[in-house]
Amino acid sequence: MNYDRILIRYGEISTKGRNRNKFIDKLRKSVRIALTNFPNIKIEASRDRMYVVLNGENSQAVIEKLKPIFGIQSFSPAIKVAKEIETLKIKSLELVKSQYSEGNTFKVTAKRSDKTFELTTDEINHLIGGHLLQNIPGLKVNVKNPDINLRIEVRKEAIYLSSETIPGAGGLPAGSGGKAMLMLSGGIDSPVAGYLSMRRGLDIEAVHFFSPPFTSERAKEKVMDLSKRLAEIAGGSITLHIVPFTKVQQVIREQVPENYTMTSTRRMMLRITDEIRRKQEGLAIITGENLGQVASQTLESMYAINEVTNTPILRPLISMDKNDIIKMADMINTLEISNRPYEDCCTIFVPASPKTKPKREKVIQYESYFNFEPLIQEAVEKVETITIKPGREQRREFEELF
Amino acid sequence: MIYFDNSATTKPYKEVLDSFLKVSSDYFANPSSLHRFGGQAEKLLSQAREQVAQLLQVKTNEIYFTSGGTESNNLAVKGAALRNRNKGKHLITSSVEHPSVRLAMEQLEQVGFDITYVPVDRNGRVSATDIEAAIRKDTSFISIMLVNNEVGTIQPIKEIGEMLKRYPTILFHVDAVQGIGKVPLTLHEDRIDLCSISGHKFHGLKGTGVLYVRDGVRITPLFSGGSQERALRSGTENVAGAVALAKALRMTFDRSTAGIENMRNIQNMLRQELSKNERIQINTPSENSAPHILNFSLNGIKSEVFIHALEEKEIFVSTTSACSSKKKTASTTLTAMGVPKATAESAVRISLSYDNTTEEALKVIEAIENSLKQLERVMK
Repeated sequence: MNYDRILIRYGEISTKGRNRNKFIDKLRKSVRIALTNFPNIKIEASRDRMYVVLNGENSQAVIEKLKPIFGIQSFSPAIKVAKEIETLKIKSLELVKSQYSEGNTFKVTAKRSDKTFELTTDEINHLIGGHLLQNIPGLKVNVKNPDINLRIEVRKEAIYLSSETIPGAGGLPAGSGGKAMLMLSGGIDSPVAGYLSMRRGLDIEAVHFFSPPFTSERAKEKVMDLSKRLAEIAGGSITLHIVPFTKVQQVIREQVPENYTMTSTRRMMLRITDEIRRKQEGLAIITGENLGQVASQTLESMYAINEVTNTPILRPLISMDKNDIIKMADMINTLEISNRPYEDCCTIFVPASPKTKPKREKVIQYESYFNFEPLIQEAVEKVETITIKPGREQRREFEELF
Repeated sequence: MIYFDNSATTKPYKEVLDSFLKVSSDYFANPSSLHRFGGQAEKLLSQAREQVAQLLQVKTNEIYFTSGGTESNNLAVKGAALRNRNKGKHLITSSVEHPSVRLAMEQLEQVGFDITYVPVDRNGRVSATDIEAAIRKDTSFISIMLVNNEVGTIQPIKEIGEMLKRYPTILFHVDAVQGIGKVPLTLHEDRIDLCSISGHKFHGLKGTGVLYVRDGVRITPLFSGGSQERALRSGTENVAGAVALAKALRMTFDRSTAGIENMRNIQNMLRQELSKNERIQINTPSENSAPHILNFSLNGIKSEVFIHALEEKEIFVSTTSACSSKKKTASTTLTAMGVPKATAESAVRISLSYDNTTEEALKVIEAIENSLKQLERVMK
């Protein structure tokens, strides 16, 4: 079947009162970016629908690109038909025939937002249903669970026919919810936390702690690759802040008893991230923390660490099971990158027996013997900020070999 | 020299050799090594993978580098069959497959698998209907080639893929070694689960190949070892070979529109001129055949004799396929098409590349006529 447009349903946006136009604009932008490689398409957005007019572009390829975009509840490849009963009959038959295989059942679901149309919803259902039954021998009706559901939407400008509804990624359009900093370690969890936040419309900037020579250049590349995946999901570029962390880590090891080093390290990371957030005018910090997974992620631990800031800390994975996190990482194609075996800032310097129930007062006391502030400021000043773009742009270095 | 044996192998592009040499000498590190030097090699490898994925319009994690067409085919056939043996031990293929598929199947037959070889029509083509008719409850795997290596017939991969959309549990493998760059192939759209390609058939290097494995499809590896290529193909990666393959594929695709048209013109010209000679019978069907292969028989003259007669004139063509030509048996494809034994034994295959010219074709036509006249005198 040659579809000529794809109808996009907004889902949750529809409930957003006055912000609606802003949301639609953001979604339109996401769609536009995702479909950059299809120069002929045209995007038409209205209050409750968006249409991607294909102008001859491959519908299947466009559908694949629409699937991961946030803010789309579902979409349907559709045909635009003039508001004429004879044409409607012909085109309906064509569409159903193209999907029909022996023994299939069907139903017609007509919707009429243009009440001036000469037939009512029921009349359309009957007329088209009858026409299909007469012309496709073997076709049966099943209103409960049909194989083919022919949707006929009568709108002011035209009638739209579609028979497939493809679920979208859901959520809210990218960038419609403000900016937050994502603490990106290189593990499995933090990219998933980033993904879930972006799905709720957040703009994210990633912060990574780099401790050469304890962590390698390849660990940094891993984080850049993860950021690139996130940029692809976001449908735009992602800012990555790489914090030189070696000095801070060394001082912590000198100043703090071994079983509290991890708690203290996390506190310093959070302080630095918060400082970057302030400079970047973000409003929250996102972590991949998940209750009870490891020593640093017990409730006692979070209580001791969280003390350094009153910026909202979003923990989208807090109640998820590890297996579900892994599945989600696989789905968004970050699992494989996360599984690369390089040491990162979290795996190195793990004390033999970290405190699983650190005391807030204790860690404050240990840290009080040394003024960390100048070190933190220095780390923030020396941050390397990289803009990571989706796609192949970064890969210039070996260009001539390919 | 006129090289008309491009289905056997092609001449590597100079640019491809340059890349191979540069990567081999400047980035020889093992991509699994942790140091930065190893990191560069790994980057080159992943860039090669990305480029191949992009050219084939699939996902990066669907591309696995292998040592060539034979390995890709063996890995696909045996790997898929073994992995899914609990779902069913019935496999389907055509009667004209390359030995790396056919003999892999025969090996599986010895360990308890059941194989159906679907016959071809007189043009060497299988039909989707026949394949569907061969499907049983316990069918787990189907392998069909895109282009036949001996006569150039294009198999109805689209139709088969379309038909198989109704059988979601059956894995579908396509051996595209002869077809890539010559006939269009859309892996995702055509419901292909596994697909083999080989670097040296499109001006890359011997010892390089790719197996496409659709996301979510699991197969058993043939090699045990260091778990390279996400454990599907252990063995230190041939980074330079992979880069060379990616480049060769890019150059091939860049040139394909004009290249295919050029080959088609030469093929038509050869077909037209050669069929005027009454001793020559063209075996390559005129419809549904690839643009680069022309197979014909010289009634009464053994093909081997003819190959040597042409080589004296610095013209290189082939008897059937390079793989089976040393075995001195008649072409399996021609036999399967129902061509008489004597005709099959006198078959010659011309196979073209984008770079062959009509001038070369004219010379070859003339040389063929002359050789035939000469040989006729001796043979009579």
